[in-house]
Amino acid sequence: MNAMDEDVIDQLAGIAPGTTLDAVRRQRSDARTHAQASFTALFAPLDPAGFSLTERWAVAAFVAALHGQAETAAFYAAHLAESDPKGTLAAAVIAEAAQAVAQGPFGRYPPGPLSAEDTAGTVHRIAADRRAVLGPRLAAALEHVHMLVYHPRDAAPPWLQALVDAGWTTPQIVTLSQLVAFLSFQIRVVLGLRAMQTPTATTA
Amino acid sequence: MTDPVHAPQVHPVPAAFTRDMLDWLPWLEPMAEADLTPRHMAGLVDAPRAKSPYFRLLAHDPEVLEARTRTDKDIFYNPEGGLPRAERELAATAASRLNGCIYCASVHARHATTYSKRGDDVQRLLDEGVAVDLGERWNAVVAAAVALTEMPMTFGPAHVARLRATGMADLAIADVVQAASFFNWANRLMLSLGEPAPLRK
Repeated sequence: MNAMDEDVIDQLAGIAPGTTLDAVRRQRSDARTHAQASFTALFAPLDPAGFSLTERWAVAAFVAALHGQAETAAFYAAHLAESDPKGTLAAAVIAEAAQAVAQGPFGRYPPGPLSAEDTAGTVHRIAADRRAVLGPRLAAALEHVHMLVYHPRDAAPPWLQALVDAGWTTPQIVTLSQLVAFLSFQIRVVLGLRAMQTPTATTA
Repeated sequence: MTDPVHAPQVHPVPAAFTRDMLDWLPWLEPMAEADLTPRHMAGLVDAPRAKSPYFRLLAHDPEVLEARTRTDKDIFYNPEGGLPRAERELAATAASRLNGCIYCASVHARHATTYSKRGDDVQRLLDEGVAVDLGERWNAVVAAAVALTEMPMTFGPAHVARLRATGMADLAIADVVQAASFFNWANRLMLSLGEPAPLRK
């Protein structure tokens, strides 16, 4: 469990003890502690409640790959590989992510004055051959995750019904949503803290 | 067993960004108040949140909820230096405006208004969107929030330099990053687990 104890944001952002950004993060020590506690609660849960660790790492590897940040994508891909000794699932998740990269946030608003801001995008659907490798639960989850990452304002009850139909319970859907939403935070904080460490950012 | 996904409720749909108070209706069944154990109450952090359907829905995973809430509180409420509260709320509002979370934007536009006393500017952000001109300091905060929110993300050293040029030190810049990033967490929960509705009188 030692790997789970190291602060993941520091690790991914390359923040060493005693640096300026280490001190900055410790001035928001609750945020630092509880961002890490969120990671632990999601990936070393007290009670997985039927949402397996392999499924969690698979979703995380997919989300991280879509965000295109090399360090973070490699981190979650490595955890998935560790959780999937045969490697077939990891290969399928990474290959699917490579086909699923898009631009966002797109989506529709309720009809009215904001309709002028409606932007089109592609709803990601997983092909039958890969669905067979992923299984129905994970395939449904990754389609939902793609919506959460790229067009969350398109969310509606039928998206949740698709998860329910694939065997996801209400508590599992809550955790799945938290996992994607937390990673959306963690990946952006890492990007921001990395940008703060580049020379042009520090000398301006 | 009841259907896990709630049937759409018939109510007027808020169709514009607003600073008015809104309600939020869950699409999945929250935990019943009577079923909340000490573990769930710890997850809720503040006992009055047991009245909120949103927090009782998230209480299905109490450990994640507690960590989410304590992260949120420190980023937005910690008074020790860094970015003024008004601009933390501005970053939250800008991220919510771009992602399209009418509920989140309403809450944080009200907070931004309260702390900045610049309600007209906050309303223009809601009405005109993230390309609005609010003066260089606020423009720099909004641009940073946008660059962190859009996909692919475009935030980089130039955004940091622009924030620094408005007089921000590292802690304030990190606060912009964390506030905008946190709303990429919050927006996805509020948008995908329920919907806004007019406040019931």
